[in-house]
Amino acid sequence: MEINVNGEAHEVDVEDDMPLLWVLRDELNLTGTKYGCGIAQCGACTIHMDGLAVRPCQLKASEAKGRQITTIEGLGTPDALNAVQAAWIEHQVAQCGYCQSGQIMSAASFLKFKPNPTDEEIDYAMSANLCRCGTYPRIREAVKTAAAKLRGEV
Amino acid sequence: MSQLKTITRRTFLVGSTAIAGGVAFGTYLTKKPHDNPLAENLKNGEASFNPWVLINEEKITLVVPHMDMGQGVASMQAALIAEELDLDFGQFEISFGVPAAAYFNTALASEAAPFLSADESIPAKTMRTLMSSVFKIMGLQVTGGSSSVPDSFFKLRMAGATARETLKKAASLKTGVAVEQLKTAGGHVILPDGNQLAYTELAKLASELKPLHNNELREPADWRLIGKPMQRLDVVEKSTGTLKYGIDLAFDEMLYAAVKTNPRKGAAMQSYDDSLAKKMRGVSHVIAVTNGVAVVADNTWRAFKAVDKVDCEWSEAPYPAEQADHWAEVVASFIPERLDKVWRDDGSITWSKDSYEIKSEYKAPYVAHQPLEPLNAIIKVTDERVDIWVAHQMPRFAQQKVASITGHEEEQIYLHNQYAGGSFGHRLEFENVLLAAEIAKQVQGKAIKLTFSREEDFAQDFTRQIGMASGLGGVDNGQVVSMDLSIATVSSSTSQGKRLGQATPGPDKQIVEGAWNLPYAIPNFRVSAYRVPELAPTSSWRSVGASTAGFFADCFLDELIHLAGADPLAERIRLCQDEVVKQVLITAGELSEWNKPLGPNQGRGIALVESFGVPVAEVVEVTQTDNGIKVDQVTVVADVGQVLDPVNFDNLVKGGVVWGLGHAMNSEITYADGKVQQRNYHQHEGMRMHQCPQIIVKGLENATKIRGIGEPPIPPAAPALANAIFAATGQRIREMPFNKHIKFV
Repeated sequence: MEINVNGEAHEVDVEDDMPLLWVLRDELNLTGTKYGCGIAQCGACTIHMDGLAVRPCQLKASEAKGRQITTIEGLGTPDALNAVQAAWIEHQVAQCGYCQSGQIMSAASFLKFKPNPTDEEIDYAMSANLCRCGTYPRIREAVKTAAAKLRGEV
Repeated sequence: MSQLKTITRRTFLVGSTAIAGGVAFGTYLTKKPHDNPLAENLKNGEASFNPWVLINEEKITLVVPHMDMGQGVASMQAALIAEELDLDFGQFEISFGVPAAAYFNTALASEAAPFLSADESIPAKTMRTLMSSVFKIMGLQVTGGSSSVPDSFFKLRMAGATARETLKKAASLKTGVAVEQLKTAGGHVILPDGNQLAYTELAKLASELKPLHNNELREPADWRLIGKPMQRLDVVEKSTGTLKYGIDLAFDEMLYAAVKTNPRKGAAMQSYDDSLAKKMRGVSHVIAVTNGVAVVADNTWRAFKAVDKVDCEWSEAPYPAEQADHWAEVVASFIPERLDKVWRDDGSITWSKDSYEIKSEYKAPYVAHQPLEPLNAIIKVTDERVDIWVAHQMPRFAQQKVASITGHEEEQIYLHNQYAGGSFGHRLEFENVLLAAEIAKQVQGKAIKLTFSREEDFAQDFTRQIGMASGLGGVDNGQVVSMDLSIATVSSSTSQGKRLGQATPGPDKQIVEGAWNLPYAIPNFRVSAYRVPELAPTSSWRSVGASTAGFFADCFLDELIHLAGADPLAERIRLCQDEVVKQVLITAGELSEWNKPLGPNQGRGIALVESFGVPVAEVVEVTQTDNGIKVDQVTVVADVGQVLDPVNFDNLVKGGVVWGLGHAMNSEITYADGKVQQRNYHQHEGMRMHQCPQIIVKGLENATKIRGIGEPPIPPAAPALANAIFAATGQRIREMPFNKHIKFV
């Protein structure tokens, strides 16, 4: 089947029900998207489908057909950072960093709908992503900075 | 391997007291430096001045052997070398190096000695030196015990200084300018006329010189990097999905493996039926492994799916099948036959009927590590060599274990250490490495990537120790006068030692860590350790013994202070006899505005626990709401002697508070039918953001020794929260997880 990831079409030979996560990781070698729990509890695999944050561990490969998939690699690169990634670097959020692709993808999607979120709204939205190292205080600050960047204020 | 190493490996121990035969090694072996592992593969024109610095015409490589599991130790090690070598971030590459004796841990051993951290008596110093010698002779390369900073602080700066002075010598020979007139900056030797020679240009000449050792280290006032905010070397990659963890690596023709092992940990598989699995798409092998079965396929998901379809018959657990029986064994352990050691016995504990007496009991459950990157390992076996790609805290042990499975000589095993997606102690264990080696031995010639499913990872996680405490106490005239704490836990040191092939004779200090070393002069103060016979296997869980004993001790002290009618902070300060610790308490009081009145339904609690030589005070503020307890704010003060990077320090302390609070509030591992009942994060999630308080962090630098901060913030978090909940509600919670007794927002 054909899957469109980060603006590129890929032909993959996989079962319809293979979770999109494993198509990305093992078939397309897009390893920025992480496996954490496999049951949509941790958010480490969060990507965008047509601009919306989704959990590819719970999406069948066939459900991605005809959709635009964006992974962390497509959001921005070290040389061309997305505003959310830039905020994450500015606040030095990462410890082990394993959850941060998913955190950043969640935040990027959230800020499209809530460009000026309150603290409670940030907490509510970002509680779907688990960080075992406990970088939450920095994630909060980074989301606020990213929001300001996206609004063109900084 | 030499016989000496074999013998010492079997007789040393960490966390206990005895070191069989330690002195016999004499000074020769302990003074003689280990071989430089970089020297073995040195190419023409490449200079290596010591095991940490490698320079050639093209680039500078700094070797950072302590494994980075998120604590930022790769950057920290590089910064220490760069400080003396006059390099800026961006001018060098880092390498995790090869596992080698030269990277033995000089600091972990000293905290394993059975003395208070502040004890500078001759016996204490002698034992620390002795234990360090054992670690050195064994070449024990370990990342753990918050020891990376104390291990590295002196020797890596010295490594940088050696390289710098040798490069200056080379520049002097090349230019005829006296060494005294040369300076270094930004990766260059600078001549008096302002001309500069890059280190890379000098590498060839420097490689022919004998390294210049014993240089003087710079004064703190001259530091460029240490003590100032640094941008971590990995932060851009970790924010763009470009950092490759072990689980992300791929090789040509690589195959993907999954395992299912007996969920009754350590018990055998009796039989299995793989008829369904074998027919599934992409499956190339179904292999019996120790206590279970492995599937090799062409994709991780296909391997997961197929291994799930293998029908297995499991043997019974070698420990009680039901959780209630684990607790019963703990409860039954407060008996003279199980007394491990009385660790503290100040004054005399005699209970008089005239003084107020209380008795309280505390419980701490099994808890899982479960870093977000599941256990994984890639192993490729050929006749000539074995390559292992894995993140491991004890890489030399991992190599030996693989050698014992594949039958190769240890010299033929090449372990390539990786960035870890968290560990919290999980990557001190070997299950992923052992199983991957068993599979790769049977499927040779191709790299095999074994990934644990989250469910398998939970099932096989060696948890924190389970334990209880019983406290008896007395107060008089508004003061705490007697505290008699008995603690019974299983010994995680012994359980872990067994899997390492290490005997652990003698008492286990971890049972009482954080309690026996309370820095308080309570007139009558006794701390006794009871050893619960091994139940389910346990291991080091971030902050180890102090995560349970620290909770027991500080909570019970808080109860006594309340009985005495004293102020929780003031009475702790009054009892504290150590000036460094006293300052930690005083600062925590000031920073948290301890005496400022709180609103209705609010409460404030304080706890202080010292672990890994670091006193940490935490003040927690909570509000009782209609939806449960809300943790509003935590103020943390810690004294590590020297804060290397204030940004990373702040991040690690906050993360430690989240770890300590989250598990104390929400998480436990329990057994039923011999199996762990919690198999994914919805059943054991630690903390999520909506519960995360505001956290205020202050690092003090009054202590004389430098210490690590990865673990010490955890132990005071749970008691400070329990004490705050009492202040807000009048309810004493004496069992973790607290959500068994009270609801949280």
